[in-house]
Amino acid sequence: MSVLTRLTGGYGPGRKGAGARKTVTFGDASEVKGSPSWSLFSLLFVALVWWWIKRGPDPIINDRTFPSMRQTWDAFFELVDRGYRRVGLWDHTWASLWRVLKGLVYGVVVGVPVGFAMGLSNRLRGIFDPIVELLRPVPPLALLPLFIVWFGIGEGSKVNLLFFAAVWIMVIAARAGVLGVRGSKVHAAYSLGANRWQILRYVILPNALPDIFTGMRVALGVCWGTLVAAELTGTTTGLGAMIFAASKFFRMDIVVVSIITIGVIGVAMDLIMRFLERRLIPWRGKG
Amino acid sequence: MKDLSVEGLGMVYELPKGGSVEALHDVSFDLEAGRLLTLLGPSGCGKTTLLNIIAGFLTPTSGSVTLGGDPIAGPGQERGMVFQQGALFEWQNVAQNVAFGPRMNRKKRSETNELVEDLLSTVGLQGFGDKAVYELSGGMQQRVALARCLANDPEVILMDEPLGALDALTREKMQSLILKLWQETGKTIVLVTHSVEEALYLGDRLFVMAPRPGRIEREYELPFAANGLHVDPREMKASPEFIEKREELLSLIWEMEEQIMGHEGGMA
Repeated sequence: MSVLTRLTGGYGPGRKGAGARKTVTFGDASEVKGSPSWSLFSLLFVALVWWWIKRGPDPIINDRTFPSMRQTWDAFFELVDRGYRRVGLWDHTWASLWRVLKGLVYGVVVGVPVGFAMGLSNRLRGIFDPIVELLRPVPPLALLPLFIVWFGIGEGSKVNLLFFAAVWIMVIAARAGVLGVRGSKVHAAYSLGANRWQILRYVILPNALPDIFTGMRVALGVCWGTLVAAELTGTTTGLGAMIFAASKFFRMDIVVVSIITIGVIGVAMDLIMRFLERRLIPWRGKG
Repeated sequence: MKDLSVEGLGMVYELPKGGSVEALHDVSFDLEAGRLLTLLGPSGCGKTTLLNIIAGFLTPTSGSVTLGGDPIAGPGQERGMVFQQGALFEWQNVAQNVAFGPRMNRKKRSETNELVEDLLSTVGLQGFGDKAVYELSGGMQQRVALARCLANDPEVILMDEPLGALDALTREKMQSLILKLWQETGKTIVLVTHSVEEALYLGDRLFVMAPRPGRIEREYELPFAANGLHVDPREMKASPEFIEKREELLSLIWEMEEQIMGHEGGMA
């Protein structure tokens, strides 16, 4: 095993795998697993471009437009140590995360029962269908003015906005989960003596969990993306607020640190959700 | 033990574009407790419809079904059901699947655990209780389905092509298992199948059904199932009597298929 193979976990150049003896691999989805060595290369290339546009005493792009890597690095530690406007980077991050989690939890608590109702009853499906279909395509930010008037400029409008971003996704996911249950499973449960409540609790709910979980992953991503815009007004905490405040003073280093933090946390949240999914719903796709 | 009685059963499906299909026409029979009835016929002959009416999933357009004199109005645990595949609960392990019925009935946990152990060894799955159902082969999954159905001690077991998705070798083994369970438990079984050989080998009664309208075309009383466990199954299936019946049924079904094709050709 070469050093490169070991570093890249067996993928990339020189890998030996199940496909080693296949004569055709183009178009064979099982042969496309990504390549960590190329991912590393791509990151290094981005760093190289960043270094190149900021090189020398008179760089191609000035500091008011984009910071150097060094400035970003320093800004990061400055933010961790002293914070921005006396609020530390982690406190800003936590403020944002907390809003997203609240919005998501409310979205799940409301969206899943509504989605279940829509998947189980013609009448409820009829009642909710026009509301869901009309409001689902509305970008959450379009409602920000209304929400500010209704819930105040502070936390209320933000959390409600994130709730709005999450709830339709959860409704659709839960409805799909209910409608996806195979008829023979429900019939089998009835024949085994289950009543309606037991069918719901022991067949339809576990059958819908994979879809609900996928919905939560999508909703989390959408909320995280909506959040920054929601934080542009009415708050001094949160990554979005930090970006907005810093940009007024052309502190592009702080802006970039915030952007990277948002990206890294987004990736981390998705990894955590995938991990939970593997642990909590090992039966996904095995029915 | 309760006899199953089917009286003048008719089922008409209205088509969404108008018109209707008569899936069952005046189907009547009595099935004494402890018999194994196989239903055979080309697709569209109403055999699955008949099974679903007995299970209580469908209400017939006319006629009635009674079990031990009680009319059937909906699904019930005195009529257990085994489906072709995919009806196990993949979020539960093997033992939990088998324990589903007793659990829904709030039976004592200790008794249920004992019962599950017994049933798993009956179907040849002792020691597999902790496995996820999706880790098992298709044949083993159907063994779980059988055990799950038996856990409620039903009067009648309805099987909708239970071995239809299995490979030929597994299928033969499972046929022997069904015979064994039938003889050991004395349950009434109604089994729908597409396989002539399976219908002959397992059925101690056999109905050949015909389509348009769905009806019972011919009835047989067969000796094979009763001896099935004492004679080597391959030997039995190779015996002259078996082959003779098999060819008779095959040509009967072929005739029906030709008529259907001719009918459709005429319509075109």
